[in-house]
Amino acid sequence: MKLDLSGCSCSHPAARPGAPGALQGINLQVAHGEQLAVIGPSGAGKTTLLQVMACALPPASGHLHVEGVDPWLVDRSSLQRLRRRLFLAPQVPPLPPRQRVVTSVLAGRLPDMGLWASLKSLVYPQELDAADAALAQFDLAEKLFERVDRLSGGERQRVGLARLLVSSAELLLVDEPLSALDPERGRQALQTLTRAARDRNATLVATLHHVDMALAHFPRIVGLREGGLVFDLPTAEVTPAVLRDLYASHPHELDGAAPASAPNLTIAEPPPVAMQCR
Amino acid sequence: MPLTTRTPLADPAWTGRVFWSLTALVVLWPLLVLAEFKPWVLFSPESLKPTLRFLGDFVPPKVEPQFLLLVARETWRTVAMATAGIALAIVFGIPLALVSVRSLSQSALRGRMDRLPAVVRLMVRWVLIVLRSVPELIWALVFVRVVGLGPTAGVFAIALTYTGMLGKVYGDILESSDVQPTQALLRNGSGRLQAFAYALLPQSAAELTSYTVYRWECAIRSSAVLGFVGAGGLGQLMDGSMKMFSGSEVSTILLVFVALVAFADQVSAWLRKALA
Repeated sequence: MKLDLSGCSCSHPAARPGAPGALQGINLQVAHGEQLAVIGPSGAGKTTLLQVMACALPPASGHLHVEGVDPWLVDRSSLQRLRRRLFLAPQVPPLPPRQRVVTSVLAGRLPDMGLWASLKSLVYPQELDAADAALAQFDLAEKLFERVDRLSGGERQRVGLARLLVSSAELLLVDEPLSALDPERGRQALQTLTRAARDRNATLVATLHHVDMALAHFPRIVGLREGGLVFDLPTAEVTPAVLRDLYASHPHELDGAAPASAPNLTIAEPPPVAMQCR
Repeated sequence: MPLTTRTPLADPAWTGRVFWSLTALVVLWPLLVLAEFKPWVLFSPESLKPTLRFLGDFVPPKVEPQFLLLVARETWRTVAMATAGIALAIVFGIPLALVSVRSLSQSALRGRMDRLPAVVRLMVRWVLIVLRSVPELIWALVFVRVVGLGPTAGVFAIALTYTGMLGKVYGDILESSDVQPTQALLRNGSGRLQAFAYALLPQSAAELTSYTVYRWECAIRSSAVLGFVGAGGLGQLMDGSMKMFSGSEVSTILLVFVALVAFADQVSAWLRKALA
């Protein structure tokens, strides 16, 4: 899918009035089938950018065009049809704790299923092979019939990514897919994601805290700081100087470590809020 | 935020808590006076004697086979009345609850709900309020006039009031669960009912079930009360025994109630364990 953001500004729905917007005048074009990573220090607006791209949050000013259409100017059923063609994977995997892994993964197929088929799938999972294959890509095939609350934080995150694999979306938006994974699993997960996107010719946008991972797996890097676009470069042109400039005020985040405030996925989540910006 | 001068830390919520506690006291006192709340009256000798005499009649409970057969038949009728009423209430309550749940709104995904869905949700809430604000006893009196004496009136009365209760509480339970899984599905283009079945329901299934069983238990109790106005069942039997001042019969019937409630409790515990 083709994305075109022109002068997009956006603030958190729960933000105090007068607070600086989470995104300020972003101009960004993403071509069909392109893969890019968004990096930047915490609070740079990476998650908000993904939510704007996912048609989840309307820009306060400026325009978003998805496949040449402004999703906020069409009627609601067209917007919902558009949402069926994209997949936003939040940082905290949105899996109900008492659900089985197989159901959680197959929920990624829901936009392609009718209501009746999806209810039938609750009674007896309809696409067991697809769920099994997606989990196997993340070394989780043996967890197919486990319950989500029996999984570790890293396993949950990979189940969330397996859900992305079974979906048929043409625009994949992934928020911090590695926050609960060790480096080896992280590398494997990114390889799986980029390969899946290439195979189905889908556009992939991922936010990443791990700069080295972003540089190793993505051909194009976008740097965000304090809601503004700092650079948008092919990976070959992202020099250490460019990175030092991006992380000038947060040098400790540059070495690839997740910030101390990254949510620990194994403990209870904070009370639900409308959006999570990170 | 740099602190240049350190003031001693104080809990900012303290004044609010003191204020609301005092307000609660000031409001409650006149309520107690108005309700003539004088528990010591219960223990004055002139009210204690007839009470004890009636209670003394309770032992032993009446266990004649013929009476027990009658009790069994009426128990079955009461359980049937409560179950049919609850079943109808579930059938009408679930769709009303689903319409009223805010986290299943597609237009609210962007932060604010559209005008029309917000109005529809408000209207459904009002319908639920009207349904449950009329006590089932009043509904039963109405239906006894419409369909005549018998359990049918009781079933309709329970169904109407409990639709209001179930619809409201189902909605509240669903809204109080984590919204992230539901929102994630809606944002990826799932339908509202799909999001309900795959995200909202698995989170709250145990609470919904235990509340439904608890309401079934309440319906058994209230079908007893409905018997007093002619809706049949154990209540009507008890009405007769009370009028005859037959304490032993009343105590048998009350024991049946205790057994029914204990049974409902067991079922609920078992279901919660199965769904937990």
